[in-house]
Amino acid sequence: MDKFDVASSQKYDVYASRLLPKEEYFVGGHRSCQGCGEALAVRWVCKAIGKDAVIAHATGCMEIVSSGFPQTAWVQPWIHVAFENTAAVASGLEAGYKILARKGKLSGNPPKVVAMGGDGGTTDIGLQALSGAMERGHNFTYICWDNEAYMNTGIQRSSSTPYGAMTTTSPPGKRSIGQPTWKKNMMAIAVAHGIPYVATACPSYLFDLYFKVKRAVETPGPAYIHILSVCPTGWRSATDLTVRLGRLAVETGVFPLYEVVNGRYHLTIDIPELRPVKDYLKLQGRFRHLREPEIEFIQRQVLAHYDLLLKKCEAPYPEFPPLSQTEEGE
Amino acid sequence: MAKRVGIEVSLAVSHAVQLARAEAIAAYPITPQTHIVEHLSSLVANGDLEAEFINVESEHSAISACIGTSAAGARTYTATSSQGLALMHEILFIASAMRFPIVMAVANRALSGPLSIWNDHSDIMGARDIGWIQVFVENGQEAFDHSIMAFKIAEHRRVLLPMIVNLDGFILSHVVEALEFADQDTVDRFLPSYSPWHHLDPKKPVTMGAFGMPEIFAEFKMKHQVTLMNSYDQIMKVWQEWGQLTGRDYHPVEHYKTEGAKVLLLTMGCLSEVAEIAVDELRSAGESVGLLKLRLWRPFPFAALREAINGAELVIVCDRALSVGGVGGPVLAEVRSVLYPMASRPKVLGYIIGLGGRDVPPEAFKEIFSQAQAEAEQEPSEEFYMYGVRG
Repeated sequence: MDKFDVASSQKYDVYASRLLPKEEYFVGGHRSCQGCGEALAVRWVCKAIGKDAVIAHATGCMEIVSSGFPQTAWVQPWIHVAFENTAAVASGLEAGYKILARKGKLSGNPPKVVAMGGDGGTTDIGLQALSGAMERGHNFTYICWDNEAYMNTGIQRSSSTPYGAMTTTSPPGKRSIGQPTWKKNMMAIAVAHGIPYVATACPSYLFDLYFKVKRAVETPGPAYIHILSVCPTGWRSATDLTVRLGRLAVETGVFPLYEVVNGRYHLTIDIPELRPVKDYLKLQGRFRHLREPEIEFIQRQVLAHYDLLLKKCEAPYPEFPPLSQTEEGE
Repeated sequence: MAKRVGIEVSLAVSHAVQLARAEAIAAYPITPQTHIVEHLSSLVANGDLEAEFINVESEHSAISACIGTSAAGARTYTATSSQGLALMHEILFIASAMRFPIVMAVANRALSGPLSIWNDHSDIMGARDIGWIQVFVENGQEAFDHSIMAFKIAEHRRVLLPMIVNLDGFILSHVVEALEFADQDTVDRFLPSYSPWHHLDPKKPVTMGAFGMPEIFAEFKMKHQVTLMNSYDQIMKVWQEWGQLTGRDYHPVEHYKTEGAKVLLLTMGCLSEVAEIAVDELRSAGESVGLLKLRLWRPFPFAALREAINGAELVIVCDRALSVGGVGGPVLAEVRSVLYPMASRPKVLGYIIGLGGRDVPPEAFKEIFSQAQAEAEQEPSEEFYMYGVRG
């Protein structure tokens, strides 16, 4: 997709709700917390997917807030089975529709298959099923709602929790600064599977998110999108700062927005000058205990990671050679 | 025309699945299930079976993918054993609660530890309460027949439950037997093309797998219980229909020389054939003994079992699994419980045999027969007996 600079993104994103489809697929009445960035992301992702889709969802926040029997917030056909197996369920759906189409038992094209799960269901317990599904090359899109901890069970740390963050299982104390490890690079793991489309997104950048999801579901083969979903409950942030925090995550370089198309990295939101990470951290209670040296460490690490990402974007060669099979399939 | 062939039982099961025109198979290799899925994958690779074969990265994903293919509306099959069944465990309950008519073969094998690839029933007994229909087969012909009938039972609109066909690992799955294949026309007439009752379709969107609050959870469980018990009638109908087509009749509790028997041995799976030899020899020695073979494990055939007891004084339940620290074998526990309300009930003693592939010759059943009779004459010395195990 075309590159947005920060200025034009800010200029146009306010019109997103008027310019993008008005049909709602994730409807009101669900029980997400006030200011939930994930519910916002789900709403726009479902619009981008469109109606000819089937969704497999992992156990987690979005499943719990949206599907208490006999109610549902999902307009598209939707299935929840368990926590760690969503990519496997999606594999089955995709294969199922494929054989039914081949046998002439489907009217019309097979629906798009989209799997969704939180960061715990994706980067921890669901990683094996996801790896298997990506490796097998199913034609599906996997979307990770990354709110950076197990929020549904009460804010426990995951491998996607950022360094230094306070969670209920990575509490700061005399011998702890909070989460002791750096956030797992799930994007690189997805890219390492040699899949045709990988992207990060954030609902604070609606056009960017919308077109990435659209591209992902239209790409034959596996696609992976990692969506930063601000969680006021878990991040201990004000509920009216959700969109701003998403923007700050991008503007500080903490969560850069980029795509990896057929192994080639490029930024989709270019930030000419990164803001200090402090601007992002100070609005969140989960980082309140951090002292200057720790914040400086985070700043150095964020810049180092960002620098590496820029180098990948400038690399003259892709991360993996293109599959001739993929070319044929297109 | 049906034809008689000599074939490895695992391969016969694959051909049954081929004749049933399974549309999706998701499986992960585990000994001794492997020959079933290897052969299925070659049938798919050669275009002899029009199906999607998903080579998943674990059994957990195998059963999860099966839920996916079934939710898409495809006739779905898988097979596993032992640790693989254990890895599927949490999803097995969900598959039945969501009413997906998946058919699965379990080539029964011991659960680790210590690691053992050999046969017993500890894998399936760990999955006793998963809410699936479960049968045990005793030879290759039965494995073949039940693999076809399972689809018809599972997919019936008054059933819609997944079904497991248990066949003993190695001692049944890997032996070559002479058996009769049904031809494709017969199977097609018996089992029409699958048309799902519930599936995911953008033209008619539904939400599947909504969670249950305390106000509704028990009602879901009650419905599952009632449906599984009611599946009994349909199972009988399908078995009868197959019997009319093939001349092979199946019953929830099979009888072998039980007429007037004072003592009844009770077995499950392919050791029943060994027990038959023992019964023959004991009968010719003048003993009043017969054999009951429990074929239908879920739904439990309460009435058929009580009726089968028919005045016997002693029932010797031979379990192939041990409930460690419990009452012995799971089959013993259930049989005793089912017979307890009878006004005139036999004594029920339990023997654990053949764990982890330990050979059980006919002599073992004869010895158990005489030991049990001695025990029954007095206050039993143990809650249950581990047969032939060194101290």
